[in-house]
Amino acid sequence: MLNQYETVFIMTPVLSDEQMKETVKKFENYLLEKGAEIIHQENWGLRKLAYPIAKKTSGFYHLMEFKAEPSIIKDFELQYRRDEKIMRYLTVLLDKHAIAYNEKRRNLRKEKSNNQNNQVEEIEIKKEEN
Amino acid sequence: MAQQSDIKYLTPITVEVRKKKYCRFKRSGIKFVDYKDGEFLKRFVNEQGRIFPRRLTGTSLKFQKKVAQAVKRARHLALLPFVADNLKTNQ
Repeated sequence: MLNQYETVFIMTPVLSDEQMKETVKKFENYLLEKGAEIIHQENWGLRKLAYPIAKKTSGFYHLMEFKAEPSIIKDFELQYRRDEKIMRYLTVLLDKHAIAYNEKRRNLRKEKSNNQNNQVEEIEIKKEEN
Repeated sequence: MAQQSDIKYLTPITVEVRKKKYCRFKRSGIKFVDYKDGEFLKRFVNEQGRIFPRRLTGTSLKFQKKVAQAVKRARHLALLPFVADNLKTNQ
């Protein structure tokens, strides 16, 4: 039985951009290795925390949505705990409403980014015209 | 004996007409409360970051449980504070 999960984790802000990407890659690879299917990823970038964690006031947020066997989750979270770059993590099981909501959210975000890109293009075009 | 209609009040009595509370999730057809949306969840906590009771917001039991769960998840991910001062006036 495959379940759909969603996981958010916070990495320490001391990492460089490359280190951050490496860390994300590591967890991504772990999931892929265990036969999970990654549906969606989102990088929220550096965000301010609502309260300090380990004396840090900000952190890199990353979200992953994936389909996997329930048995691998325990091991996956163990990986989080072993990695000292991870300050917080949360993995939740998605029910049918959550899956529907996430799909909607994804489409909205896509549209938004498309619109932004279009706007950027339009501006560039205008610049060229000028 | 004075009749009911004869009684006069010094100050006009105001009859309070209370708006009926409703569950906003049921009315707008929201089926999933997102813990990632901190701004939305701020409507269900007070200035100090405490979750509002159902009797104030009118949320139905089914969704109050989901709101509470979502707020707690958001707190864990530092999207909402556990305790705060002036949570809403700052923003």
